[in-house]
Amino acid sequence: MCGIIGFIDRTKSRMDGSSIKAALSLMNERGSGDGAGYAAYGIYPEYADYYALHVFFDNLGEPKKKVDELLQQLGEIVHQEEIPTTPQPGIKKVHIPWRYFFKPSEDLMSGKVASEKDVVTYIVMEVNANVKGATIFSSGKNMGVFKASGWPEDVANFYRIEDYKGYIWLGHNRYPTNSPGWWGGAHPFNLLNWSVVHNGEITSYGTNQRYVEGYGYKCSLFTDTEVVAYLFDLLGRQHGLSYETVVKALAPPFWDDIDRMSAKEAELNKAVRLTYGSALMNGPFAIVVGTENGIVGFTDRIKLRPLVVGENGSRLYISSEEAAIRVLDPEVKNIYTPRAGEPIIGRFIE
Amino acid sequence: MKTVKIDARGMHYTPLNQKIRNAVADGAEEIILDNVLGQRFIGDGLRGNVRIIVNGVPGGDLGMFMSGPTCIVHGNAEHAPGNTMDKGMLVIHGSAGDAVAHSMRGGKVFIKNNIGYRGGIHMKQYEVEARPILVVGGTAHSFLGEYMAGGLVLVLGIGKDKAMTDRGIGSGIHGGEIIIRGEVDDFLLGGGAKKFKFTESDLERIAPIIKSFCEQFGYDAAEFLDTNYTKIGPVSSRPFASKYVWE
Repeated sequence: MCGIIGFIDRTKSRMDGSSIKAALSLMNERGSGDGAGYAAYGIYPEYADYYALHVFFDNLGEPKKKVDELLQQLGEIVHQEEIPTTPQPGIKKVHIPWRYFFKPSEDLMSGKVASEKDVVTYIVMEVNANVKGATIFSSGKNMGVFKASGWPEDVANFYRIEDYKGYIWLGHNRYPTNSPGWWGGAHPFNLLNWSVVHNGEITSYGTNQRYVEGYGYKCSLFTDTEVVAYLFDLLGRQHGLSYETVVKALAPPFWDDIDRMSAKEAELNKAVRLTYGSALMNGPFAIVVGTENGIVGFTDRIKLRPLVVGENGSRLYISSEEAAIRVLDPEVKNIYTPRAGEPIIGRFIE
Repeated sequence: MKTVKIDARGMHYTPLNQKIRNAVADGAEEIILDNVLGQRFIGDGLRGNVRIIVNGVPGGDLGMFMSGPTCIVHGNAEHAPGNTMDKGMLVIHGSAGDAVAHSMRGGKVFIKNNIGYRGGIHMKQYEVEARPILVVGGTAHSFLGEYMAGGLVLVLGIGKDKAMTDRGIGSGIHGGEIIIRGEVDDFLLGGGAKKFKFTESDLERIAPIIKSFCEQFGYDAAEFLDTNYTKIGPVSSRPFASKYVWE
Protein backbone atom coordinates (compact mmCIF):
# COMPACT_ATOMS: atom_id res chain seq x y z
CA MET A 1 0.00 0.00 0.00
CA CYS A 2 2.63 2.55 -1.02
CA GLY A 3 2.15 6.04 -2.44
CA ILE A 4 3.71 6.99 -5.76
CA ILE A 5 4.13 10.16 -7.81
CA GLY A 6 5.46 10.87 -11.27
CA PHE A 7 5.91 14.33 -12.74
CA ILE A 8 7.23 15.58 -16.06
CA ASP A 9 7.51 19.01 -17.59
CA ARG A 10 7.55 18.21 -21.29
CA THR A 11 9.38 21.45 -22.14
CA LYS A 12 12.17 20.51 -19.69
CA SER A 13 11.39 23.47 -17.48
CA ARG A 14 12.81 22.46 -14.08
CA MET A 15 11.12 22.39 -10.69
CA ASP A 16 12.77 22.01 -7.29
CA GLY A 17 11.93 19.09 -5.02
CA SER A 18 9.99 20.92 -2.30
CA SER A 19 6.52 20.38 -3.75
CA ILE A 20 7.20 16.70 -4.51
CA LYS A 21 8.11 16.32 -0.84
CA ALA A 22 4.85 17.99 0.20
CA ALA A 23 2.79 15.86 -2.21
CA LEU A 24 4.41 12.65 -1.03
CA SER A 25 3.91 13.58 2.63
CA LEU A 26 0.21 14.06 1.97
CA MET A 27 0.07 10.32 1.29
CA ASN A 28 1.77 9.34 4.56
CA GLU A 29 -1.19 7.06 5.29
CA ARG A 30 0.21 4.93 2.45
CA GLY A 31 3.62 4.62 4.08
CA SER A 32 5.06 3.28 7.31
CA GLY A 33 8.20 5.37 7.69
CA ASP A 34 10.34 2.46 6.54
CA GLY A 35 11.36 3.93 3.22
CA ALA A 36 10.98 6.88 0.91
CA GLY A 37 12.81 8.13 -2.10
CA TYR A 38 12.99 10.49 -5.02
CA ALA A 39 14.37 10.41 -8.54
CA ALA A 40 15.12 13.68 -10.28
CA TYR A 41 16.13 14.16 -13.93
CA GLY A 42 18.02 17.21 -15.14
CA ILE A 43 19.84 17.82 -11.86
CA TYR A 44 23.47 17.48 -13.00
CA PRO A 45 23.73 19.66 -16.14
CA GLU A 46 27.41 20.35 -15.44
CA TYR A 47 28.12 16.62 -15.62
CA ALA A 48 25.48 15.75 -18.22
CA ASP A 49 27.88 13.60 -20.27
CA TYR A 50 28.90 11.47 -17.30
CA TYR A 51 27.13 8.66 -15.51
CA ALA A 52 26.18 9.77 -12.03
CA LEU A 53 26.74 6.71 -9.84
CA HIS A 54 25.07 7.02 -6.45
CA VAL A 55 26.41 4.44 -4.01
CA PHE A 56 25.55 3.41 -0.46
CA PHE A 57 28.76 2.56 1.37
CA ASP A 58 28.76 0.83 4.72
CA ASN A 59 32.11 2.52 5.28
CA LEU A 60 34.65 4.36 3.17
CA GLY A 61 37.34 1.72 3.64
CA GLU A 62 37.39 -1.62 1.86
CA PRO A 63 34.03 -1.31 0.00
CA LYS A 64 34.97 2.07 -1.46
CA LYS A 65 38.43 0.88 -2.38
CA LYS A 66 36.92 -1.97 -4.39
CA VAL A 67 34.45 0.30 -6.20
CA ASP A 68 37.18 2.87 -6.92
CA GLU A 69 39.37 0.15 -8.38
CA LEU A 70 36.61 -1.24 -10.57
CA LEU A 71 35.70 2.20 -11.88
CA GLN A 72 39.30 3.17 -12.57
CA GLN A 73 39.81 -0.11 -14.36
CA LEU A 74 36.79 0.43 -16.60
CA GLY A 75 36.82 4.17 -17.15
CA GLU A 76 37.47 7.57 -15.69
CA ILE A 77 36.11 9.18 -12.53
CA VAL A 78 35.92 12.91 -13.25
CA HIS A 79 34.53 13.87 -9.86
CA GLN A 80 33.45 12.20 -6.66
CA GLU A 81 32.09 13.34 -3.32
CA GLU A 82 29.82 12.38 -0.46
CA ILE A 83 26.23 13.30 -1.34
CA PRO A 84 25.45 16.32 0.87
CA THR A 85 23.09 15.41 3.70
CA THR A 86 21.68 17.09 6.79
CA PRO A 87 21.17 14.90 9.87
CA GLN A 88 17.50 14.24 10.67
CA PRO A 89 16.13 12.92 13.97
CA GLY A 90 13.96 10.47 12.00
CA ILE A 91 16.83 8.97 10.01
CA LYS A 92 19.60 6.75 11.23
CA LYS A 93 22.51 7.17 8.83
CA VAL A 94 23.40 3.52 8.38
CA HIS A 95 25.06 4.06 5.00
CA ILE A 96 27.20 6.81 3.53
CA PRO A 97 25.62 8.03 0.30
CA TRP A 98 28.37 8.80 -2.22
CA ARG A 99 28.38 9.93 -5.83
CA TYR A 100 30.80 9.45 -8.70
CA PHE A 101 30.65 11.13 -12.08
CA PHE A 102 32.01 8.48 -14.36
CA LYS A 103 32.85 7.93 -18.01
CA PRO A 104 33.30 4.33 -19.10
CA SER A 105 36.14 3.51 -21.38
CA GLU A 106 34.78 1.24 -24.09
CA ASP A 107 38.07 -0.18 -25.31
CA LEU A 108 38.80 -1.65 -21.89
CA MET A 109 35.85 -4.01 -22.02
CA SER A 110 37.70 -6.56 -24.20
CA GLY A 111 35.00 -6.97 -26.82
CA LYS A 112 32.56 -8.58 -24.41
CA VAL A 113 30.16 -5.69 -24.34
CA ALA A 114 28.87 -3.29 -26.91
CA SER A 115 28.34 0.14 -25.43
CA GLU A 116 28.89 2.55 -22.55
CA LYS A 117 25.54 1.52 -21.15
CA ASP A 118 26.58 -2.12 -21.09
CA VAL A 119 29.74 -1.19 -19.19
CA VAL A 120 27.72 0.75 -16.61
CA THR A 121 25.19 -2.09 -16.34
CA TYR A 122 28.04 -4.54 -15.79
CA ILE A 123 29.49 -2.31 -13.03
CA VAL A 124 26.13 -2.00 -11.25
CA MET A 125 25.52 -5.76 -11.36
CA GLU A 126 29.06 -6.58 -10.30
CA VAL A 127 29.12 -4.17 -7.34
CA ASN A 128 25.62 -5.01 -6.10
CA ALA A 129 26.16 -8.75 -6.31
CA ASN A 130 29.80 -9.03 -5.27
CA VAL A 131 31.11 -6.00 -3.36
CA LYS A 132 30.15 -6.34 0.28
CA GLY A 133 29.23 -3.00 1.86
CA ALA A 134 28.52 -1.18 -1.41
CA THR A 135 25.26 -0.77 -3.36
CA ILE A 136 24.96 1.32 -6.52
CA PHE A 137 21.40 2.63 -6.40
CA SER A 138 21.49 5.15 -9.23
CA SER A 139 23.47 5.04 -12.47
CA GLY A 140 21.93 7.38 -15.05
CA LYS A 141 23.12 10.51 -16.79
CA ASN A 142 22.06 13.93 -15.53
CA MET A 143 19.74 12.29 -13.01
CA GLY A 144 19.89 10.82 -9.56
CA VAL A 145 18.00 8.76 -7.02
CA PHE A 146 17.89 9.85 -3.37
CA LYS A 147 16.44 7.34 -0.94
CA ALA A 148 16.65 5.98 2.60
CA SER A 149 14.61 4.39 5.37
CA GLY A 150 12.31 7.01 6.87
CA TRP A 151 9.30 9.19 6.14
CA PRO A 152 9.22 11.16 2.86
CA GLU A 153 9.77 14.54 4.50
CA ASP A 154 12.70 13.26 6.57
CA VAL A 155 14.35 11.62 3.56
CA ALA A 156 13.80 14.81 1.53
CA ASN A 157 15.31 17.00 4.27
CA PHE A 158 18.16 14.55 4.75
CA TYR A 159 19.18 14.87 1.09
CA ARG A 160 18.20 18.58 0.90
CA ILE A 161 15.91 17.66 -1.97
CA GLU A 162 14.77 21.27 -2.48
CA ASP A 163 18.32 22.06 -3.68
CA TYR A 164 17.80 19.95 -6.80
CA LYS A 165 15.89 21.11 -9.85
CA GLY A 166 14.51 18.54 -12.26
CA TYR A 167 12.15 18.26 -15.23
CA ILE A 168 11.17 14.74 -14.20
CA TRP A 169 10.48 13.82 -10.58
CA LEU A 170 9.44 10.50 -9.15
CA GLY A 171 8.53 10.03 -5.51
CA HIS A 172 7.76 7.00 -3.39
CA ASN A 173 6.32 6.57 0.10
CA ARG A 174 6.98 3.00 1.18
CA TYR A 175 4.96 0.53 3.23
CA PRO A 176 7.08 -2.64 3.00
CA THR A 177 4.96 -5.76 3.27
CA ASN A 178 6.94 -8.78 2.19
CA SER A 179 10.54 -7.62 1.91
CA PRO A 180 12.86 -5.86 4.35
CA GLY A 181 12.80 -2.11 4.94
CA TRP A 182 16.36 -1.02 4.24
CA TRP A 183 17.94 1.85 2.33
CA GLY A 184 18.53 -0.18 -0.82
CA GLY A 185 14.97 -1.50 -0.66
CA ALA A 186 13.45 1.98 -0.77
CA HIS A 187 12.21 3.13 -4.17
CA PRO A 188 12.96 4.39 -6.81
CA PHE A 189 14.85 1.41 -8.21
CA ASN A 190 17.18 2.50 -10.92
CA LEU A 191 19.44 1.25 -13.70
CA LEU A 192 20.93 3.73 -16.19
CA ASN A 193 18.19 6.26 -16.88
CA TRP A 194 15.36 3.88 -15.91
CA SER A 195 13.87 4.58 -12.47
CA VAL A 196 10.87 2.74 -11.08
CA VAL A 197 8.43 3.60 -8.31
CA HIS A 198 5.90 0.91 -7.55
CA ASN A 199 2.88 0.39 -5.33
CA GLY A 200 1.93 -3.27 -4.94
CA GLU A 201 3.79 -6.49 -5.41
CA ILE A 202 5.11 -8.48 -8.33
CA THR A 203 3.89 -11.99 -7.53
CA SER A 204 5.51 -13.25 -10.74
CA TYR A 205 8.88 -12.05 -9.41
CA GLY A 206 10.48 -15.52 -9.56
CA THR A 207 9.61 -15.99 -13.24
CA ASN A 208 10.62 -12.43 -14.15
CA GLN A 209 13.86 -12.70 -12.18
CA ARG A 210 14.88 -15.95 -13.90
CA TYR A 211 14.05 -14.34 -17.24
CA VAL A 212 16.24 -11.21 -16.77
CA GLU A 213 19.05 -13.20 -15.11
CA GLY A 214 19.29 -15.15 -18.36
CA TYR A 215 20.39 -11.86 -19.91
CA GLY A 216 23.03 -11.09 -17.30
CA TYR A 217 21.05 -8.96 -14.83
CA LYS A 218 21.45 -9.87 -11.17
CA CYS A 219 18.63 -9.27 -8.71
CA SER A 220 20.42 -8.58 -5.45
CA LEU A 221 18.38 -5.94 -3.60
CA PHE A 222 15.79 -8.23 -1.92
CA THR A 223 12.74 -6.45 -3.38
CA ASP A 224 10.49 -7.36 -6.29
CA THR A 225 10.51 -3.87 -7.83
CA GLU A 226 14.17 -4.21 -8.79
CA VAL A 227 13.23 -6.62 -11.58
CA VAL A 228 10.92 -4.02 -13.18
CA ALA A 229 13.86 -1.69 -13.81
CA TYR A 230 15.77 -4.53 -15.47
CA LEU A 231 12.74 -5.56 -17.55
CA PHE A 232 12.49 -2.02 -18.87
CA ASP A 233 16.21 -1.96 -19.66
CA LEU A 234 16.03 -5.34 -21.41
CA LEU A 235 12.89 -4.69 -23.44
CA GLY A 236 13.18 -0.92 -23.85
CA ARG A 237 16.91 -0.53 -24.44
CA GLN A 238 18.37 -3.88 -25.49
CA HIS A 239 15.37 -5.02 -27.57
CA GLY A 240 14.47 -1.51 -28.67
CA LEU A 241 10.73 -1.78 -27.96
CA SER A 242 8.62 1.37 -27.68
CA TYR A 243 7.31 2.23 -24.21
CA GLU A 244 3.81 1.27 -25.39
CA THR A 245 5.05 -2.18 -26.42
CA VAL A 246 7.00 -2.69 -23.20
CA VAL A 247 3.80 -2.05 -21.22
CA LYS A 248 1.94 -4.40 -23.60
CA ALA A 249 4.48 -7.09 -22.71
CA LEU A 250 4.47 -6.50 -18.94
CA ALA A 251 0.67 -5.99 -18.54
CA PRO A 252 -0.85 -7.51 -21.69
CA PRO A 253 -4.51 -7.65 -22.68
CA PHE A 254 -6.38 -10.89 -21.93
CA TRP A 255 -6.61 -13.53 -24.66
CA ASP A 256 -10.35 -13.00 -25.08
CA ASP A 257 -9.76 -9.26 -25.50
CA ILE A 258 -7.16 -10.07 -28.16
CA ASP A 259 -9.72 -12.30 -29.91
CA ARG A 260 -11.98 -9.28 -30.34
CA MET A 261 -9.25 -7.08 -31.88
CA SER A 262 -8.76 -6.45 -35.61
CA ALA A 263 -6.59 -9.10 -37.30
CA LYS A 264 -3.54 -6.87 -37.44
CA GLU A 265 -3.77 -5.69 -33.86
CA ALA A 266 -4.45 -9.22 -32.64
CA GLU A 267 -1.38 -10.51 -34.47
CA LEU A 268 0.86 -7.93 -32.79
CA ASN A 269 -0.59 -8.58 -29.35
CA LYS A 270 -0.28 -12.34 -29.74
CA ALA A 271 3.32 -11.98 -30.88
CA VAL A 272 4.17 -9.81 -27.86
CA ARG A 273 2.48 -12.23 -25.44
CA LEU A 274 4.18 -15.27 -26.94
CA THR A 275 7.61 -13.64 -27.13
CA TYR A 276 7.50 -12.02 -23.71
CA GLY A 277 5.46 -14.50 -21.66
CA SER A 278 8.22 -14.59 -19.05
CA ALA A 279 8.21 -10.79 -18.76
CA LEU A 280 4.47 -10.69 -17.97
CA MET A 281 4.03 -9.30 -14.47
CA ASN A 282 1.36 -10.71 -12.23
CA GLY A 283 0.04 -9.35 -8.98
CA PRO A 284 -1.23 -5.94 -7.96
CA PHE A 285 0.79 -2.98 -9.14
CA ALA A 286 0.71 0.67 -10.07
CA ILE A 287 4.02 1.80 -11.49
CA VAL A 288 5.64 4.95 -12.81
CA VAL A 289 8.91 4.66 -14.70
CA GLY A 290 11.24 7.56 -15.39
CA THR A 291 13.20 7.27 -18.65
CA GLU A 292 15.59 9.16 -20.90
CA ASN A 293 12.67 10.57 -22.86
CA GLY A 294 9.87 10.93 -20.36
CA ILE A 295 7.71 9.02 -17.89
CA VAL A 296 5.54 5.91 -18.26
CA GLY A 297 2.72 5.00 -15.87
CA PHE A 298 0.65 1.80 -15.89
CA THR A 299 -1.18 -0.62 -13.62
CA ASP A 300 -1.72 -4.37 -13.50
CA ARG A 301 -4.25 -5.92 -15.86
CA ILE A 302 -7.15 -5.95 -13.44
CA LYS A 303 -6.34 -2.69 -11.71
CA LEU A 304 -5.63 -3.76 -8.18
CA ARG A 305 -3.83 -0.52 -7.30
CA PRO A 306 -4.89 3.10 -7.81
CA LEU A 307 -3.46 5.48 -10.39
CA VAL A 308 -4.67 8.99 -11.16
CA VAL A 309 -3.50 11.19 -14.02
CA GLY A 310 -3.66 14.98 -14.36
CA GLU A 311 -2.36 17.50 -16.85
CA ASN A 312 -1.71 21.20 -16.99
CA GLY A 313 -0.12 22.58 -20.14
CA SER A 314 3.31 21.03 -20.52
CA ARG A 315 3.07 19.22 -17.19
CA LEU A 316 1.85 15.67 -16.70
CA TYR A 317 1.21 14.21 -13.25
CA ILE A 318 0.66 10.57 -12.27
CA SER A 319 -0.05 9.56 -8.68
CA SER A 320 -1.81 7.15 -6.33
CA GLU A 321 -4.10 9.96 -5.18
CA GLU A 322 -5.63 12.99 -6.82
CA ALA A 323 -5.02 15.07 -3.70
CA ALA A 324 -1.25 14.58 -4.08
CA ILE A 325 -1.43 15.93 -7.63
CA ARG A 326 -3.39 18.92 -6.38
CA VAL A 327 -0.65 19.66 -3.85
CA LEU A 328 1.79 19.86 -6.77
CA ASP A 329 -0.57 21.88 -8.90
CA PRO A 330 -3.84 23.27 -7.48
CA GLU A 331 -4.82 24.34 -11.02
CA VAL A 332 -4.41 20.85 -12.53
CA LYS A 333 -6.82 19.93 -15.33
CA ASN A 334 -8.04 16.74 -17.04
CA ILE A 335 -7.92 14.57 -13.93
CA TYR A 336 -8.80 10.97 -14.80
CA THR A 337 -8.13 7.36 -13.87
CA PRO A 338 -6.59 5.31 -16.69
CA ARG A 339 -7.74 1.80 -17.57
CA ALA A 340 -5.90 -1.28 -16.32
CA GLY A 341 -2.78 -1.89 -18.37
CA GLU A 342 -3.20 1.38 -20.28
CA PRO A 343 0.17 3.11 -20.72
CA ILE A 344 0.24 6.77 -19.70
CA ILE A 345 3.24 8.32 -21.40
CA GLY A 346 4.67 11.81 -21.06
CA ARG A 347 7.45 12.63 -23.54
CA PHE A 348 9.60 15.69 -23.95
CA ILE A 349 8.55 18.04 -26.71
CA GLU A 350 11.48 18.50 -29.08
CA MET B 1 -30.39 26.01 11.05
CA LYS B 2 -27.19 25.77 13.03
CA THR B 3 -24.20 25.82 10.67
CA VAL B 4 -20.57 25.21 11.60
CA LYS B 5 -17.68 26.04 9.27
CA ILE B 6 -14.34 24.27 9.50
CA ASP B 7 -11.25 25.22 7.54
CA ALA B 8 -9.55 21.89 6.85
CA ARG B 9 -6.46 23.30 5.12
CA GLY B 10 -3.42 21.29 6.13
CA MET B 11 -5.35 19.49 8.88
CA HIS B 12 -4.84 15.77 9.56
CA TYR B 13 -8.00 13.68 9.41
CA THR B 14 -8.00 12.86 13.13
CA PRO B 15 -8.48 16.43 14.46
CA LEU B 16 -10.78 17.12 11.51
CA ASN B 17 -13.08 14.24 12.44
CA GLN B 18 -12.91 15.26 16.10
CA LYS B 19 -14.12 18.74 15.14
CA ILE B 20 -16.93 17.24 13.06
CA ARG B 21 -18.02 15.00 15.93
CA ASN B 22 -17.86 17.85 18.43
CA ALA B 23 -19.97 20.01 16.13
CA VAL B 24 -22.56 17.23 15.81
CA ALA B 25 -22.59 16.80 19.61
CA ASP B 26 -23.16 20.56 19.94
CA GLY B 27 -26.27 20.27 17.76
CA ALA B 28 -24.91 21.41 14.40
CA GLU B 29 -27.32 20.67 11.56
CA GLU B 30 -24.94 21.65 8.79
CA ILE B 31 -21.14 21.44 8.73
CA ILE B 32 -19.20 23.08 5.94
CA LEU B 33 -15.65 21.80 5.41
CA ASP B 34 -13.52 24.13 3.31
CA ASN B 35 -10.15 23.42 1.68
CA VAL B 36 -10.40 19.66 2.09
CA LEU B 37 -7.49 17.92 0.36
CA GLY B 38 -6.88 14.23 0.74
CA GLN B 39 -8.11 13.80 4.34
CA ARG B 40 -9.30 10.22 4.66
CA PHE B 41 -12.17 8.81 6.72
CA ILE B 42 -14.30 11.98 6.79
CA GLY B 43 -17.62 11.37 8.54
CA ASP B 44 -16.74 7.75 9.32
CA GLY B 45 -19.12 6.05 11.72
CA LEU B 46 -21.02 9.32 12.07
CA ARG B 47 -24.69 9.12 13.12
CA GLY B 48 -27.59 11.54 13.10
CA ASN B 49 -29.23 13.80 10.58
CA VAL B 50 -26.44 16.28 10.03
CA ARG B 51 -25.57 17.55 6.56
CA ILE B 52 -21.87 17.82 5.70
CA ILE B 53 -20.68 19.92 2.77
CA VAL B 54 -17.16 19.05 1.60
CA ASN B 55 -15.45 21.68 -0.53
CA GLY B 56 -12.41 20.03 -2.06
CA VAL B 57 -11.16 16.53 -2.73
CA PRO B 58 -11.63 14.24 0.30
CA GLY B 59 -9.37 11.21 0.77
CA GLY B 60 -10.38 7.57 0.74
CA ASP B 61 -13.16 5.87 2.71
CA LEU B 62 -15.38 8.94 2.89
CA GLY B 63 -18.49 8.17 4.94
CA MET B 64 -17.34 4.69 5.93
CA PHE B 65 -19.82 3.06 8.39
CA MET B 66 -21.77 6.32 8.25
CA SER B 67 -25.32 5.91 9.52
CA GLY B 68 -27.71 8.74 8.79
CA PRO B 69 -25.91 11.91 7.71
CA THR B 70 -25.95 13.42 4.24
CA CYS B 71 -22.56 14.31 2.79
CA ILE B 72 -22.26 16.47 -0.31
CA VAL B 73 -18.87 16.76 -2.02
CA HIS B 74 -18.05 19.60 -4.39
CA GLY B 75 -15.11 17.88 -6.03
CA ASN B 76 -13.96 14.36 -6.83
CA ALA B 77 -13.65 11.58 -4.26
CA GLU B 78 -10.86 9.02 -4.01
CA HIS B 79 -11.19 5.29 -3.26
CA ALA B 80 -14.15 3.65 -1.54
CA PRO B 81 -16.54 6.48 -0.65
CA GLY B 82 -19.53 4.87 1.11
CA ASN B 83 -17.47 1.88 2.30
CA THR B 84 -19.78 -0.28 4.46
CA MET B 85 -22.13 2.70 4.76
CA ASP B 86 -25.27 1.96 6.72
CA LYS B 87 -27.76 4.80 6.23
CA GLY B 88 -27.76 8.31 4.82
CA MET B 89 -26.55 9.74 1.54
CA LEU B 90 -23.31 10.63 -0.24
CA VAL B 91 -23.54 13.00 -3.19
CA ILE B 92 -20.37 13.53 -5.22
CA HIS B 93 -20.38 16.41 -7.72
CA GLY B 94 -17.52 14.85 -9.67
CA SER B 95 -15.97 11.43 -10.17
CA ALA B 96 -14.71 8.84 -7.68
CA GLY B 97 -11.95 6.24 -7.54
CA ASP B 98 -12.00 2.46 -7.20
CA ALA B 99 -14.28 0.38 -4.94
CA VAL B 100 -17.02 3.00 -4.60
CA ALA B 101 -19.75 1.81 -2.20
CA HIS B 102 -17.57 -1.13 -1.16
CA SER B 103 -19.59 -3.54 1.06
CA MET B 104 -22.30 -0.92 1.42
CA ARG B 105 -25.30 -2.11 3.41
CA GLY B 106 -27.79 0.77 3.24
CA GLY B 107 -28.33 4.36 2.14
CA LYS B 108 -27.50 6.04 -1.16
CA VAL B 109 -24.33 6.99 -3.00
CA PHE B 110 -24.82 9.30 -5.99
CA ILE B 111 -21.86 10.06 -8.28
CA LYS B 112 -22.36 12.72 -10.93
CA ASN B 113 -19.64 11.56 -13.34
CA ASN B 114 -17.57 8.36 -13.47
CA ILE B 115 -16.25 5.77 -11.06
CA GLY B 116 -13.17 3.54 -11.15
CA TYR B 117 -12.87 -0.22 -10.88
CA ARG B 118 -15.04 -2.50 -8.70
CA GLY B 119 -17.85 -0.06 -7.94
CA GLY B 120 -20.39 -1.69 -5.64
CA ILE B 121 -18.08 -4.60 -4.80
CA HIS B 122 -19.59 -6.79 -2.05
CA MET B 123 -22.70 -4.65 -1.69
CA LYS B 124 -25.24 -6.43 0.48
CA GLN B 125 -28.83 -6.15 1.60
CA TYR B 126 -31.18 -7.14 4.42
CA GLU B 127 -34.81 -7.51 3.30
CA VAL B 128 -36.10 -4.14 2.09
CA GLU B 129 -35.22 -1.92 5.02
CA ALA B 130 -31.46 -2.11 4.43
CA ARG B 131 -30.98 -1.87 0.68
CA PRO B 132 -27.98 0.13 -0.53
CA ILE B 133 -28.17 2.11 -3.76
CA LEU B 134 -25.30 3.32 -5.93
CA VAL B 135 -26.11 5.56 -8.90
CA VAL B 136 -23.42 6.63 -11.38
CA GLY B 137 -24.23 9.42 -13.84
CA GLY B 138 -21.38 8.63 -16.25
CA THR B 139 -19.71 5.27 -16.62
CA ALA B 140 -17.81 2.73 -14.54
CA HIS B 141 -14.65 0.74 -15.13
CA SER B 142 -14.40 -3.06 -14.89
CA PHE B 143 -15.84 -5.41 -12.29
CA LEU B 144 -18.86 -3.27 -11.49
CA GLY B 145 -20.88 -5.02 -8.79
CA GLU B 146 -18.19 -7.67 -8.24
CA TYR B 147 -19.29 -10.32 -5.67
CA MET B 148 -22.44 -8.29 -5.17
CA ALA B 149 -24.88 -9.86 -2.73
CA GLY B 150 -27.67 -7.31 -2.61
CA GLY B 151 -28.74 -3.76 -3.33
CA LEU B 152 -28.89 -1.79 -6.57
CA VAL B 153 -26.23 -0.34 -8.86
CA LEU B 154 -27.54 1.98 -11.57
CA VAL B 155 -25.35 3.43 -14.36
CA LEU B 156 -26.90 6.14 -16.55
CA GLY B 157 -24.11 6.74 -19.09
CA ILE B 158 -24.93 10.44 -19.42
CA GLY B 159 -22.94 11.91 -22.32
CA LYS B 160 -21.64 8.48 -23.40
CA ASP B 161 -22.42 6.47 -26.55
CA LYS B 162 -22.61 3.38 -24.40
CA ALA B 163 -23.10 3.48 -20.63
CA MET B 164 -20.68 0.60 -20.08
CA THR B 165 -17.69 -0.40 -22.21
CA ASP B 166 -15.56 -2.15 -19.55
CA ARG B 167 -15.68 -5.89 -18.94
CA GLY B 168 -16.50 -8.03 -15.92
CA ILE B 169 -19.88 -6.51 -15.00
CA GLY B 170 -21.34 -8.44 -12.06
CA SER B 171 -18.36 -10.78 -11.86
CA GLY B 172 -19.26 -13.23 -9.07
CA ILE B 173 -22.63 -11.60 -8.37
CA HIS B 174 -24.98 -13.69 -6.25
CA GLY B 175 -27.61 -11.17 -5.22
CA GLY B 176 -28.93 -7.70 -5.97
CA GLU B 177 -29.21 -6.05 -9.37
CA ILE B 178 -27.15 -3.92 -11.74
CA ILE B 179 -29.15 -1.71 -14.07
CA ILE B 180 -27.40 -0.11 -17.03
CA ARG B 181 -28.85 2.54 -19.37
CA GLY B 182 -29.28 1.10 -22.90
CA GLU B 183 -27.84 -2.12 -24.27
CA VAL B 184 -24.92 -4.02 -22.75
CA ASP B 185 -22.68 -6.20 -24.93
CA ASP B 186 -22.72 -9.84 -23.82
CA PHE B 187 -18.93 -10.06 -23.57
CA LEU B 188 -18.94 -7.38 -20.88
CA LEU B 189 -20.74 -9.69 -18.42
CA GLY B 190 -18.64 -11.28 -15.70
CA GLY B 191 -18.82 -14.91 -14.57
CA GLY B 192 -22.10 -15.71 -12.85
CA ALA B 193 -23.92 -12.66 -14.25
CA LYS B 194 -26.90 -12.76 -16.60
CA LYS B 195 -28.97 -10.18 -18.45
CA PHE B 196 -32.69 -9.85 -17.71
CA LYS B 197 -35.41 -7.89 -19.46
CA PHE B 198 -36.03 -4.52 -17.88
CA THR B 199 -39.78 -4.19 -17.41
CA GLU B 200 -42.33 -1.48 -16.68
CA SER B 201 -42.54 -2.71 -13.11
CA ASP B 202 -38.73 -2.38 -12.80
CA LEU B 203 -39.04 1.20 -14.02
CA GLU B 204 -41.76 1.90 -11.50
CA ARG B 205 -39.47 0.58 -8.79
CA ILE B 206 -36.41 2.65 -9.76
CA ALA B 207 -38.24 5.81 -10.88
CA PRO B 208 -38.05 7.45 -7.42
CA ILE B 209 -34.29 6.78 -7.35
CA ILE B 210 -33.80 8.32 -10.80
CA LYS B 211 -35.84 11.35 -9.75
CA SER B 212 -33.86 11.77 -6.58
CA PHE B 213 -30.55 11.52 -8.50
CA CYS B 214 -31.67 14.03 -11.14
CA GLU B 215 -32.84 16.42 -8.43
CA GLN B 216 -29.36 16.43 -6.86
CA PHE B 217 -27.54 17.23 -10.10
CA GLY B 218 -30.15 19.30 -11.96
CA TYR B 219 -31.01 16.78 -14.68
CA ASP B 220 -34.46 16.38 -16.18
CA ALA B 221 -35.67 13.03 -14.85
CA ALA B 222 -38.18 12.63 -17.69
CA GLU B 223 -35.27 11.85 -20.03
CA PHE B 224 -34.52 8.71 -18.07
CA LEU B 225 -38.01 7.42 -17.32
CA ASP B 226 -38.39 4.75 -19.97
CA THR B 227 -37.53 1.07 -20.25
CA ASN B 228 -34.32 1.49 -22.26
CA TYR B 229 -32.23 -0.26 -19.59
CA THR B 230 -30.51 -3.60 -19.19
CA LYS B 231 -30.90 -5.45 -15.93
CA ILE B 232 -28.11 -7.73 -14.77
CA GLY B 233 -28.34 -10.21 -11.93
CA PRO B 234 -27.01 -13.58 -10.81
CA VAL B 235 -27.64 -16.56 -13.12
CA SER B 236 -29.26 -18.45 -10.25
CA SER B 237 -29.81 -18.20 -6.53
CA ARG B 238 -26.57 -20.12 -5.95
CA PRO B 239 -24.45 -19.44 -9.05
CA PHE B 240 -21.24 -20.74 -7.55
CA ALA B 241 -22.58 -23.76 -5.68
CA SER B 242 -20.57 -26.13 -7.87
CA LYS B 243 -17.35 -24.33 -6.95
CA TYR B 244 -17.60 -25.09 -3.27
CA VAL B 245 -19.59 -28.32 -2.89
CA TRP B 246 -19.51 -31.67 -4.61
CA GLU B 247 -21.79 -34.63 -4.69
